Order: sequence, then C-alpha cells, then structure tokens
Amino acid sequence: MTVMISQVFLQHYWWAIVSILASVLVFLMFVQGGQSLIYTLPGNSIQKTMIVNALGRKWEFTFTTLVTFGGAFFASFPLFYATSFGGAYWVWIAILFSFIIQAVAYEFRSKPDNVFGKTTFDLFLFLNGSLGPFLIGVAVATFFTGAMFTLNSMNQVHWATHWYGLEALLNIRNLALGFAVLFLARVNGLLYLINTLEDNELIQRAVKKLIINSIPFLFFFLFFVISLLISEGFAANPVSGIITVEKFKYLHNLLQMPVVLIMFLAGVVSVLYGIGITLLKKSITGIWFSGTGTVLAVFSLFLVAGFNGTSFYPSLSDLQSSLTIRNASSSHFTLKTMMFVSFIIPIVILYIWYAWRAINNHRITEEEMNSEEHKY
Amino acid sequence: MINNIDLSLVEWSRAQFALTAIYHWLFVPLTLGLSFILAIMETIYVKTGKEEWKRITKFWQTLFGINFAIGVATGIILEFEFGTNWSNYSWFVGDIFGAPLAVEGILAFFLESTFVAVMFFGWKKVNKRFHLASTWLVAIGANLSAMWILVANAWMQHPVGMVFNPDTARNEMVSFWAVLFNQVAVDKFLHTISSGFLLASMFVLGISAWYLIRKREIGLAKKSILVAGVFGLLSSLMVAYTGDQSARTVSRVQPVKFASMEALYEGKSNAGLTAFGILEDTGEKIGDRKVMDFAFKIQIPGLLSVLTSGDRDSYVPGIKDYISGNERMGIIPTTGKMENGKHAMDILTAYMNAKVKNDTVQMSSLKGIFNEKEFNDKYFRYLGYSSISKPEDVIPDVPGLFYSFHLMVILGFLFIMIFSVALYLLFKGRLAANRWFLWVTFLAIPFPYIASELGWILTELGRQPWIIQDMMTVSRAVSQISTGTVVTTFILFTILFTGLFISEVSIMIKQIKTGPKH
Repeated sequence: MTVMISQVFLQHYWWAIVSILASVLVFLMFVQGGQSLIYTLPGNSIQKTMIVNALGRKWEFTFTTLVTFGGAFFASFPLFYATSFGGAYWVWIAILFSFIIQAVAYEFRSKPDNVFGKTTFDLFLFLNGSLGPFLIGVAVATFFTGAMFTLNSMNQVHWATHWYGLEALLNIRNLALGFAVLFLARVNGLLYLINTLEDNELIQRAVKKLIINSIPFLFFFLFFVISLLISEGFAANPVSGIITVEKFKYLHNLLQMPVVLIMFLAGVVSVLYGIGITLLKKSITGIWFSGTGTVLAVFSLFLVAGFNGTSFYPSLSDLQSSLTIRNASSSHFTLKTMMFVSFIIPIVILYIWYAWRAINNHRITEEEMNSEEHKY
Repeated sequence: MINNIDLSLVEWSRAQFALTAIYHWLFVPLTLGLSFILAIMETIYVKTGKEEWKRITKFWQTLFGINFAIGVATGIILEFEFGTNWSNYSWFVGDIFGAPLAVEGILAFFLESTFVAVMFFGWKKVNKRFHLASTWLVAIGANLSAMWILVANAWMQHPVGMVFNPDTARNEMVSFWAVLFNQVAVDKFLHTISSGFLLASMFVLGISAWYLIRKREIGLAKKSILVAGVFGLLSSLMVAYTGDQSARTVSRVQPVKFASMEALYEGKSNAGLTAFGILEDTGEKIGDRKVMDFAFKIQIPGLLSVLTSGDRDSYVPGIKDYISGNERMGIIPTTGKMENGKHAMDILTAYMNAKVKNDTVQMSSLKGIFNEKEFNDKYFRYLGYSSISKPEDVIPDVPGLFYSFHLMVILGFLFIMIFSVALYLLFKGRLAANRWFLWVTFLAIPFPYIASELGWILTELGRQPWIIQDMMTVSRAVSQISTGTVVTTFILFTILFTGLFISEVSIMIKQIKTGPKH
C-alpha cells in the first residue's frame, strides 16, 4: 500500500520536530542556568560540589539535544543551515566555543594535574552557563527579527555586513530574548537544584535567588512577547511563495492557530505556577511544572515563527531571499525517510526517562559527595 | 555563480577543518575501542563475581571518562563547521548529507550519552545486570555514532543514491539504502572501528606493560593484557583485512587517489606492490606538477595487478593515464571531462537564466535534458570538472598520499606482531620478566594514533581537489566570509584545543601513575 504523504505535510512535520527539539533544549539549559550561578549560589565549597555534581550528571543530555537539534535542522532545512551558519558566523562560533569548554570542564575540574586549575574550569562552566543560553536566545530571536543576507540563483549566501552575525547584538528585541532565555535557564536551574539537592540551607539560598531571577525573566520575556505581537512579520504567499511584510503577523498567527495560542498561554501559566509553588508552598516539584511550561511555550513560539505561511528566517537585505519551511526544506524523499526514523524518538525518550530515574532515585546529599567515586 | 574565489579563504577553511578533525580523531578511536574493552571486562566481573575484575573495569573506566568528554567536545565542532565554513556544500548536499547526521543524533548520541551516565554513576544505584547492559549500550552507541558520520563521509568519496534537481540546484536523495550500503561506507566503517579497537587495545596493553615494568598492579596488568591482547590481535587482523578491502574499493571508485597512493605515474601490466620506497623529483612535469619516481623501493612483483583485479597480467592505470586518457582502457582524458563538465554547467546555467526570465518553454525543454540517461552518464557526472582550470589540478598530493599510506600499512603489520608476541609471552608465563618487550609495548602506545591519523590524512588529502568526488570542488564549497575571520577562529581553535589536549594528557598520566583504587 502506498500512502501519499504531501510535501507540505512533511515540511510542517519536520518544523514541528525541530521545534520540539528546540523547546526541550531550552528546558535542558537548566544545566547552563545552574552553571551561571556557581559563584553566587553556594555558601561553601561542599555546597558548590553538590551543585556542580547535580548539574554534571545531566550535561550530556543538553549537549546531545543541541547536537541533534543542529543535525535535524541541517537535514530537514539545509538552506537555513547553509545560510545562517555560513553567514552569522560569529554568533554560531561563539555558541560553539561556549559548549566546547563546557564538555571538558566537568570531567577535568577536580582531577589532579589538570594544568589550568579548578578556577579555570569553573570559569568555563560559568561562561558556558551565561553565554550559551544568552546567545542561543539571540540567535533564535533573529527568526522573528530577521538577518542581513541575500541568496543568488544557486542559493549561495552573501552576508550583507562584515560583522557576520554580531550585528544581531545591536537589536534590542534580540537582546531581550537572549536575556529572557538566560534568566529562564537560571530559574529552571534553581528549581532543578531545589528538587535534587538535600540541604536545607542551600535550598533556602536557592529560593532567594529564585525571586531575584524570576523578575528579570518576566521583564525580558514580556518585553519580547509584547514587541512581537505588535511588530510586523514576514508572510509568504501560499501559492506564489512571494514574501510580503504583514502588520501584526505574529499576533495573527496566534489568533489563527488557537491551539498554539492555548499551548503558549498554558506554558506561561505552568512556568509561573512552578515558580509560585516553590516560593509560596515550599514545594520541591516546581521544576516539573516550569519545565513542562518551558517546553510548551518555546514549542508554540517556534510554531508561530514557521507555520501559517510565515518566513522563519526573514532577510532584511532582500525580502525575497527570506526562508520559509517551503523554500528551505529538503526533498520529499529525504523528509519522508527521516520521518520514519523519527518514529523512534518516543523510544529514545522512554529510555532516557528510565535511566534518569535510575540515577536520580534519591536526592544528592553531602554524605554522597564524600563517598562517591566518580565525582566532578 | 561565485567568481573570484579567494584561494587563501579556501586554504584557511581547509586548515581549520583539518585541525578540528585531527584533534577530534585523537580522542574518538580510544572511545570506540575502550568502551568494548570495558564491556568485556565487566562481563567477566558479572560472570565470575570476582571483585578484582570490578576494580579493573573501574580503573579503565576512569581513563575512558577523561577521554570521552573531550571527544564529544571536539565532535560538535565538525557538525557546526559544515555550516559555518562550507555553507555552499551544506546546501548542495544537505538533502543527503544532513540525514545521516540527524539519524546519528537520534539513534546513537542519545544512546551513548544516556547510558554513559548510568555507567559512571550507577555502580551503587542500579543492579549489576542493568549496569552491565549500560556499559554495552555505551559501546554500541559510540560505534553507531561513528557509523553515521562515516556514511556521510563515504558519500563525499563516492556519491551514490541521488539525482540532481535543477530547480533547487542541488542533489537530492532517491535511495537511503544506496547511501547507507555504499561500498565505501561499509569498508570505511569496518576499517575505522576495528582501528579504534586496535588503538584502545594498544593503550591498555602499553599501560599494563608499564605497571609490569614498575612491578606494580601485577594482577590488574596481566588480566588487562589478556583482554587487550586477544581483542587487539583480532582487531589488528580485521584492520588488515578491511584495509585491503578499502584499497580495492578505492582503486575502483577513486582511481586517481589509488594511483597517487601507490605513486604510480605510468600504468603497467604485472604491476608490483611497493612495500616501501623513497620518492624523488624526476625533473619531468605534468603541467605545473612535478613527477616523482622512486630513488629506492622494496617491491613485490605483480602483486598490485593481482590485488586490484585478481590477475597478474592485468593493467593498472597510472596517474598519466587519467590525465592524458587511455583509449584501450576506456579512460577519458581529463580535458575531455572538463569539456563535458562545462557542457553540463552551460545547460544548468541556461536553465537558471530561463527560470529567472520565467521562460517556461525553454525551462521545460532544458529540464528534459536533465532526465536523459546519456546526459547524466556522459556529461553531468563530470559537473565538478567545469571548475577545474588545468588537468593536472585533479592530481592530489602524491608524496603526501604515498607516505601516509605506506607508513600506515607498515605500522599495521607491526601491531599484529606486538599483539601476537604479547599473547605468546603471557601464555608462556614469561611476559613480566621480558623487560625489553614490555618497554617496546609501552613505547608503542602513540603509534596506533599516528597510523589512525595517517589513515584520515590519506582519505581526505586523496579526495582533493574534490569535496564531492567529480561533483564539486573544495573551492566551490567554501562559505563566503572574510579570510581574516577564518584565520581568527583558526587561531582560537588552535589555542583552545592545544590547551585542552595538554590538560587531558597531564590528567591521564597522573591517573595512570596513581593507579587503581584499592
């Protein structure tokens, strides 16, 4: 039996997969958020060890999700990969550097004879923790605010500035999303640590930090969302593919896709609920609400960027060079083949869940840190 | 089309990718092999219940952990660099090349990273069998990770399973299985993982030998030598076998690379296999390229002909045959390929122009040509030759290929000997007393690393000037950014990698000196 699967369906399917990976990545950046707090959160060195170890047991998930996000984006929308990576060179290279230094920092920091000393590797953790989420936020913001490139008839990219992506840092909306993602990562990092560590004094310190970080998160997040709703967007004609500027495009997207709107609102409420029960009810399960909320909110923002005939990577230099899920995607055959591969994702999630539970079956204590052989 | 390609940009982009790949490959083979050695050791522990084997497993696991993270860190860069530095390539082949990378992430990386956490932290948290299963899954995951990227690399050496779509100006996949079971991919995967097994075995063997020299950890050392010796000997035999298979495939699909590896300029019947030789400049030239010949060589008569086609009298074409053509062998001269490639490019350009003008009549007549078998077989397969300006440009670096290939092969045979002797002495009970052999084994640790890197240098240097064999040149594939930008990141990468490498080696040495926990 041959089932015809349309190219339009596959393009939407793969944009949804990429969006899921992105949203899970933003949630898993609680590892980075936690790392950005290693200088200020712990009150003593054993607390610092506990924090680093609680985060260190999860860093590979975040890292692997980032790699898979990149691979899936490359495979399903190669024109985006070629255009953005090859043009906004410095942004991606900076993100890359911040993740290279993370991978080794955990393993090397407390090993004897590591040449550069613990302070250096802790600085690496801090830099990755701060710059990683911020820069990823800035890069994703350009999905809405656009970038300066043109494509020729052979789809080869020409970048209009010699800043190669650094110009994105001059846009206040990009910065706002960068900071929103950073403070969200810190909030999630704190909620994760509150859930994982068994140390009352440390948890009290984390709760205080949670208040301090929730406020800037809300400020930057609201600033970005409001500016998004009132801004112009880039709409692609469903028949001709011609790109035009549409007023309130992103607001229209939310209203025209009510499921996405509901998911978005549910996500925001869930994040706030996670923060709320931690502050008001001293609950330690806030991370599950805030994590679910993060996934829902980011997922719906990605759908707003790419669905409903929207250009997900608008060109500010040449409107018609703008990328849509239609003009940037892989061929029907490739998308279809990879769709079959993607059916395995639920199994992957199941075994990750199972392994996660096996390792996190009880909270990390000071005693464990003194007896554990494999310690960061 | 991009005119005025900046050659220094191409060279710096190549240098950056080579730097990243070479550093990455300092760490990955150990992960590939040591993960299986850990799994074997832990299986013995679970089967016998002897705590000694648990201690041995944990000791090697510590070294595995130090190496693992840095392998992961250097790996992500390669994935990013396809986009950042080779964006034209990324678009041209993203439809095919991207898929294995995505599959790699979904199928292999998560397997590896999930169970590596259980392997490190699960000793006291999960039961023995779950832990053992996790260790095996790490090994399988690590080797599967290698598989998909090798499939992608094999496609660059020997593109299969795709058609060109003039509308999108790129290649599109039509058969996933053809891409996956590409002969080059199969050879490459088997050769690469077995070389990783070999390298890890030599690592374990060498360090164990050092303990025996120091008269420390005798039990751990002997048991480790037993596992590494058997695993290493089997792997080194597999390396030799798969290497031979790879060379045969190269002789079919990348004949210029093959002739260059052998430094065979003049084709001949009854061609001898050079075991080793020293090349010198003959003063003769092909275009502006020097022709080399042997100042000295050790050669086995007739063997090259036998190896490539099973017949001593068969003709093995040389580099000159591919440049000037050889009608009897059906080899088109490079100038002919350049003309055919240019014709294909002219048709493509005409199609593009018609598309811009929205000339549908012209478009449909030209599009028909792209579906013609003759056009594809005779012209389009040489599309890449349209950007070759001189025939001799298709010759890779002959001395570079010749030396890296032959050194690798010689080292490969040396490893088989070391593993055999180690096992022989171990079974005779004379290993611990044989100090000179223990020293040889210990000092041999770097050599599999050298051989393994030489293998990649051979593969990638031999692919030049192509990024995709016959389809696209490296210079057409590069991202159009300023050379200064690439030079800056090259310097940053060099500093960072060198620093991390020094740190890794220092930590490793300290852990080895400290020895296992008692």
